[in-house]
Amino acid sequence: MTLTVLRSTGQGSWERRILKSLNSMCTELSIPLARKRPVGEQKELLNKWNEMGTDEPVLDLSLFRPVYAPKDFLEVLINLRNPNYENGDSHSFRTHLGLIQVPLKVKDIPELKEFFVELGLTAGQLGVDDSTQVPPELFENEHVRIGQKVLSEQDSAAAQQYIRQGSPTALRAELWALILNISSQPEDILYYEQLKTNVIQHDLLVDSLIYKDVKLTASNDDYYFVFEDYLYQVLLCFSRDTSVLGHFAYSSASPPKSYIRGKLGLEEYAVFYPPNGVIPFHGFSMYVAPLCFLYHEPSKLYQIFREMYVRFFFRLHSISSHPSGIVSLCLLFETLLQTYLPQLFYHLREIGAQPLRISFKWMVRAFSGYLATDQLLLLWDRILGYNSLEILAVLAAAVFAFRAVNLMEVTSLAAAEAVLADLSTLKVMPLLQIFLFATVT
Amino acid sequence: MNTLMDVLHHRPGWVEVKDEGEWDFYWCDVSWLRENFDHTYMDEHVRISHFRNHYELTRKNYMVKNLKRFRKQLEREAGKLEAAKCDFFPKTFEMPCEYHLFVEEFRKNPGITWIMKPVARSQGKGIFLFRRLKDIMDWKKDTRSSDDQKDDIPVESYVAQRYIENPYLIGGRKFDLRVYVLVMSYMPLRAWLYRDGFARFSNTRFTLNSIDDQYVHLTNVAVQKTSPDYHPKKGCKWMLQRFRQYLASKHGPEAVETLFSDMDNIFIRSLQSVQKVIISDKHCFELYGYDILIDQDLKPWLLEVNASPSLTASSQEDYELKTSLLEDTLHVVDMEARLTGREKRVGGFDLMWNDGPVSREDGAHDLSGMGNFVTNTHLGCVNDRKKQLRQLFRSLQGQKKTPN
Repeated sequence: MTLTVLRSTGQGSWERRILKSLNSMCTELSIPLARKRPVGEQKELLNKWNEMGTDEPVLDLSLFRPVYAPKDFLEVLINLRNPNYENGDSHSFRTHLGLIQVPLKVKDIPELKEFFVELGLTAGQLGVDDSTQVPPELFENEHVRIGQKVLSEQDSAAAQQYIRQGSPTALRAELWALILNISSQPEDILYYEQLKTNVIQHDLLVDSLIYKDVKLTASNDDYYFVFEDYLYQVLLCFSRDTSVLGHFAYSSASPPKSYIRGKLGLEEYAVFYPPNGVIPFHGFSMYVAPLCFLYHEPSKLYQIFREMYVRFFFRLHSISSHPSGIVSLCLLFETLLQTYLPQLFYHLREIGAQPLRISFKWMVRAFSGYLATDQLLLLWDRILGYNSLEILAVLAAAVFAFRAVNLMEVTSLAAAEAVLADLSTLKVMPLLQIFLFATVT
Repeated sequence: MNTLMDVLHHRPGWVEVKDEGEWDFYWCDVSWLRENFDHTYMDEHVRISHFRNHYELTRKNYMVKNLKRFRKQLEREAGKLEAAKCDFFPKTFEMPCEYHLFVEEFRKNPGITWIMKPVARSQGKGIFLFRRLKDIMDWKKDTRSSDDQKDDIPVESYVAQRYIENPYLIGGRKFDLRVYVLVMSYMPLRAWLYRDGFARFSNTRFTLNSIDDQYVHLTNVAVQKTSPDYHPKKGCKWMLQRFRQYLASKHGPEAVETLFSDMDNIFIRSLQSVQKVIISDKHCFELYGYDILIDQDLKPWLLEVNASPSLTASSQEDYELKTSLLEDTLHVVDMEARLTGREKRVGGFDLMWNDGPVSREDGAHDLSGMGNFVTNTHLGCVNDRKKQLRQLFRSLQGQKKTPN
């Protein structure tokens, strides 16, 4: 299954659809995609830079709809087909009863066990072996000591290996920066300041979308509301950062283009819109919110987020055949469930509660906003450590396995949603370990 | 969401009585206490939720007076260094009787901000900030002595306190901490510290420019609820576990240990300062709500102690915290006489002081090396109370069955 096929059938039409939605909103509301701010407005914004959350928005936010929500995206993925695919090809795939109908290669549990070998039961883990009952001499103290050594030697590869077993709270910010190769050089800070200037000088339509998203999601979150201002500072700059366009070289997506008025179709009058090529969707700000827990200096927070985005998060909302792409993750999730929890899978399917319909939103957001923050950070440690998002699919399956007993008793999609509505008490690492290493396969 | 009623109604074997003479346990109002305590006969086993003269700790002017006196005593007995451990409350002057002392201090520190607080009101009412003496000239005119105002509803009595201008901020916002301390007796002093609590955030960004905007400076939920920015969904609260983790990821575990150990110091010293003044009636216990402010140097300050901390829940999470807190309070009060009296932990409560410091089970050493008490406290740590209670009551039952 090649990139080009997916690009033409899936990603291309999806992109056209998003752009159409954005353009029509623009026309309906008679708001330009971009405009230069008058000087008075620029001054005001500069003054309020650190407290944009308190600002009353200039435009009525209720007029704006998010361009799309995860469930819209899911519908697109469900309808993906490979025109080259012949029915006789793969026997096992023919029996696939999930929503995803694209036969990509995904790992099975034996392969996952090998891939995630450091999560095995014989190795120590933060998130398991640092609980109150376990004496710190057994694992935690030594692990912290090794972490400090890795940091003092500034060894990025060692850090990536180390963090597979989790990061101590006090070292996490530095370890992530080391793994992502972020060091705040003066030119980085200058670059951020330049982006900030762009924000001050120009107003973009997507700014209202960002504003609305933050207000609807992160600001309403019991724990992330405190970081509201940081989220604006990061996301408004992010949408103007043309260096982000670089990631499209390895993505199957292409940035949406806009044409100067009257010059539709003429390439020399095309601009990327928004400048970073990424149109935010409902919940986008949740990629940034957990990072506020670790980084407090705006330009550093910004760099970390940008790097996380171009390495990982972009794969969660674009169509590709990459093993960490959302399509593969969905397929991995469904396959794991159907293969190792067949009774549960069939039951849920029977009652009209296809499991992917529930777990999709978790994976698209990398579980941000669903798990408790300390658990989420332990999970994202492993994303960095293994340089893969597959763990999201495995965790989603593990959650279903954990609540299987209750799920077997429900008789509707709504009831299934209710059983899985609250993940805030889950302990991520034990769940993953049980699912991968302690269940008979 | 009435947590107290729910907890009391659900307690096995407990029945609500309407008749005045019949109760064994009373979670009373301070006003009832004031009017009735002195002429109410209580059997040995009866328990009531306040100490007769709790205001020695909970009314701002008395607390300050008692703390100052205790500090002087410590200095005499143990020297300046030991007395300095009582420097956790901002310089405070009772008004109007200490007005002249206040003016002296005021003139020594031009330009700083002061906060005026009514002694007996709660929920942030009547509080204002000022920088100029002009703003409080009225106080000079009120020459009534404060001595004959002990605990009647007085003419308004205030304290002027140095305002902490460099509070620790999270997300640009100011916050204070609400911590729960349960005192079972003063003579000897027996006090328990609850693991859970919360940080209450101001809804607006902190700035010294707008001292008239009380919404910025007062973190009290009651005041925040009236702020135009307030969105009820937010709740503006963080559980202490979250707060502790946030600090640890920013400053490292040692700094956090030091901070929490400094807070233990506040609880213990404040209780010690009123130990000899409060009438330690064996029928009485009291659940205090301590309000602590952290500054940018990670130093904790005592703002005040509440004798009747709010038990209304503002959210589901808050409801669970408060019901657990009350359940565990009742476990410690132990009307059912199940405990041996040697327990160091009951549910979410850790025994903090038992006529002397209480050591941790694992004998951990004080990390700060500052000579702070090594206390058996776990504020902001994991609260696996249900599990602990199960184990505790199971072993207690086991002990009862086997005769000694």
